[in-house]
Amino acid sequence: MFGKLTLSAIPFNVPIVMGAVAFMVLCVLAVLATVTYLGKWKYLWTEWLTSVDHKKIGIMYMILAFVMLLRGFADAIMMRTQQALSFGSNMGYLPPEHFDQVFSAHGTIMIFFMAMPFIIGLMNCILPLQIGARDVAFPLLNNFSFWLTAAGAVLVNVSLAIGNFSRAGWLAYPPLSELHFSPGVGVDYYIWALQISGIGTTLTGVNFIATILKMRAPGMNMTRMPVFVWASLCASVLIVVAFPILTVTLGLLTMDRYLGMHFFTNSHGGDPMMYVNLIWIWGHPEVYILILPLFGVFSEIVPTFSGKPLFGYTSMVYATMAIAVLSMLVWLHHFFTMGAGPAVNAFYGITTMIIAVPTGVKIFNWIFTMYRGRVRFDTPMLWTLGFLITFTIGGMSGVLLAEPPADFVLHNSLFLIAHFHNVIIGGVVFGVFAGVSYWFPKITGFRLHEGLGKLAFWFWFVGFYVAFMPLYALGLMGATRRMDHYNVAAWHPLFIIAAVGAGIIALGIGTQVLQLVVTFIQREKLRDTTGDPWNGRTLEWSLPSPAPAYNFARIPIVRERDAYWDMKKRGVDLKGSTFVPIHMPRNKATGFIMAGCMFVTGFALIWHIWWLVIAGFAATVATLIRHAFDDDRDYHIGADEVRKSEALYDRVKAGSV
Amino acid sequence: MSNETLVMHNGAAALKPGYADHAADALRDLRQSGDAVDFQVEHHHDVASTIQLGFWIYLMSDCLLFSGLFATYAVLHGHTAGGPSGAQLFDLPNVLTETMFLLFSSFTCGLATLAMNANNRNATVGWLGVTFLLGAGFVTMEVREFAHLVAIGAGPSHSAFLSSFFTLVATHGLHVTCGLIFMVVMMVAVMRKGLTETNRARLNCLSLFWHFLDIIWVGVFSLVYLFGVAH
Repeated sequence: MFGKLTLSAIPFNVPIVMGAVAFMVLCVLAVLATVTYLGKWKYLWTEWLTSVDHKKIGIMYMILAFVMLLRGFADAIMMRTQQALSFGSNMGYLPPEHFDQVFSAHGTIMIFFMAMPFIIGLMNCILPLQIGARDVAFPLLNNFSFWLTAAGAVLVNVSLAIGNFSRAGWLAYPPLSELHFSPGVGVDYYIWALQISGIGTTLTGVNFIATILKMRAPGMNMTRMPVFVWASLCASVLIVVAFPILTVTLGLLTMDRYLGMHFFTNSHGGDPMMYVNLIWIWGHPEVYILILPLFGVFSEIVPTFSGKPLFGYTSMVYATMAIAVLSMLVWLHHFFTMGAGPAVNAFYGITTMIIAVPTGVKIFNWIFTMYRGRVRFDTPMLWTLGFLITFTIGGMSGVLLAEPPADFVLHNSLFLIAHFHNVIIGGVVFGVFAGVSYWFPKITGFRLHEGLGKLAFWFWFVGFYVAFMPLYALGLMGATRRMDHYNVAAWHPLFIIAAVGAGIIALGIGTQVLQLVVTFIQREKLRDTTGDPWNGRTLEWSLPSPAPAYNFARIPIVRERDAYWDMKKRGVDLKGSTFVPIHMPRNKATGFIMAGCMFVTGFALIWHIWWLVIAGFAATVATLIRHAFDDDRDYHIGADEVRKSEALYDRVKAGSV
Repeated sequence: MSNETLVMHNGAAALKPGYADHAADALRDLRQSGDAVDFQVEHHHDVASTIQLGFWIYLMSDCLLFSGLFATYAVLHGHTAGGPSGAQLFDLPNVLTETMFLLFSSFTCGLATLAMNANNRNATVGWLGVTFLLGAGFVTMEVREFAHLVAIGAGPSHSAFLSSFFTLVATHGLHVTCGLIFMVVMMVAVMRKGLTETNRARLNCLSLFWHFLDIIWVGVFSLVYLFGVAH
């Protein structure tokens, strides 16, 4: 009846896991109780969970991402403390099978359920506003994509309580991830969490390409698009190109595990290196899917806080596209040690080094934008400067790793770990925080508390260096990644320093939580009544904060790059006095229900509950078909209503409300 | 779309629809008339051309999915692990018949589109019905081929070659099956609601999907079956 699922799947005898599960359940119960106490279920359902408004979907993405950041960081702290303790006769507090789950979950969560949702959340919140659109191309699809991502995230967290998670690392290399070596449900949790959320990501890519190509305001031709839009377009193209390969790769691993096939097995002609190639054909573009939108974010922040237009707009766009193309041609540098021979390794080493060129162009463009500008050092700019320094260091260690002979020595060492955290924390995480602090007033209507924001930055910045610089040294000293125990005395002090660094980062995250709380308490004082708190340059700042459901009462006509700056300069009255009814998509539960059915299907597949697989899948298809016959999809906001709400914004701006 | 109009700030003129596509037109005409426009667009969000573009992009992602499977097959097709090879297993006349079913179904799908463009509802549904039967014939033949291979001990778990063969061909077959479900839904929708704007946009997507699967099959037929027998 329940397949492989029995009560023994819940790890009652492992106190650390049960503690974490109890904490998780308490958090969920607390949220449910609060919503019930406030009587907000109906509001939550009709205004948020079923919402097709890109701004609300973006906020939900970012809440998911922040919660997953806490979860992924808890894993990181566990690894750092384990490695600080587990030297010589001390075995630490995590047994190997638990430690292996912790590092696998850390990587999986941080990439798929922290970084990706943060980035897609920012794109959702801001991109339609920047191109002068009222929504994305396919609003309901957008809601569905979000719930698929959430379903994947929930599956990963369910694995903590029911069964276990993969012990095969964040990319689940075979033959370790094959049934023979990983017979439990861990790898299956990994596979289905990623498959379900991966479909959501692919659909998001499709949605944003169509949005950017079709929904721009009149006059905004491609060369007038803000760089964030360009970067998001390139990232979306990469999503559509790369994610199907992830789907295939995981699908083939599924065939091996479920149907006894032999794609990646050691016997019957299977080829494990096929998997490694395929997963990195997705995986390398993936890291650029992560970083490109944030290059876009920095390209918005630097001009705003320097009071100058971006230096080298055209070269920035070309550099972004060059990186997008090159990112498809470097995957083999992740496994030079495969032994493909000098010619192949040389090709991939050279293409990898070439990527440093367009990236360098970007770095210099940002520096030249600041040059002779009146730079204001608000929090978004601090994160940007922290990024410029940190990312450049990380990029240089990457160029070092791009040389096959050096890579043979450093492969799978902590030097590599230091390198990619150097670019991912220094680039992606700092970029996300820069973007969130920059656009927070536009998204919520009030600014983040500035003092705590700066404090959080310094904790993160210092904490990052203390945590990861020792890892470079450790790597050069021969320490490999993913060790639950070691016997080399010289490594011990460096592991302790790294753990201290993780502690400083924890203070940074704590400060950010505090910052959110203080901001909420002081929200009246921090309210942004102008809609343009930073003296911005792009169209989102022409709107009130937060933007109304319909975004633009009237669609602006774009005549220049930095469209809003141009309008401010010319003293344009965007609004005028005539209003027309605005056509809007209706909120629908279809996305939520379908993703819910797919979650159930995924869970049933993991535990081999075949009747539930069929039922869940049938319900998904039935919901889709039912939706196809639903004609009640849209409504109009009346002209009077638009006039009233716009008048209210005018009064707020004038300070009379 | 004919039911979209662009109302100017001063209400002077109505333009053709669109956003950036017609941005140049809009700008030229609006140069003296203010800095904002009011779109009164009936299908502001899921306009047919946006749906079509979105579907094309989805198809390209699907194409890459198949490219992954083709690449895997290309690498593993010689890994027979001592078992049978394609030359020993493939029954070309059978596969050719199967191919003809699919190619003719693409032709009749095209006829359904022509009927739709001629506003002939019954002919549209009729040609879709013929397409469905041909597609169902294709899937049936494929299932029989698979059943035969499994019966003679050449199932997908026998070797890496057979794993990649079954997965590539079955993924295409699953797509065709999804297309058949899509087709039934569209036949019901057209019979119930007629050739509405929405139904036309969806029929266009269906026909794109169907022709796309045809092209993928041409790849499967040549690279898997013809090359397989030639080896």
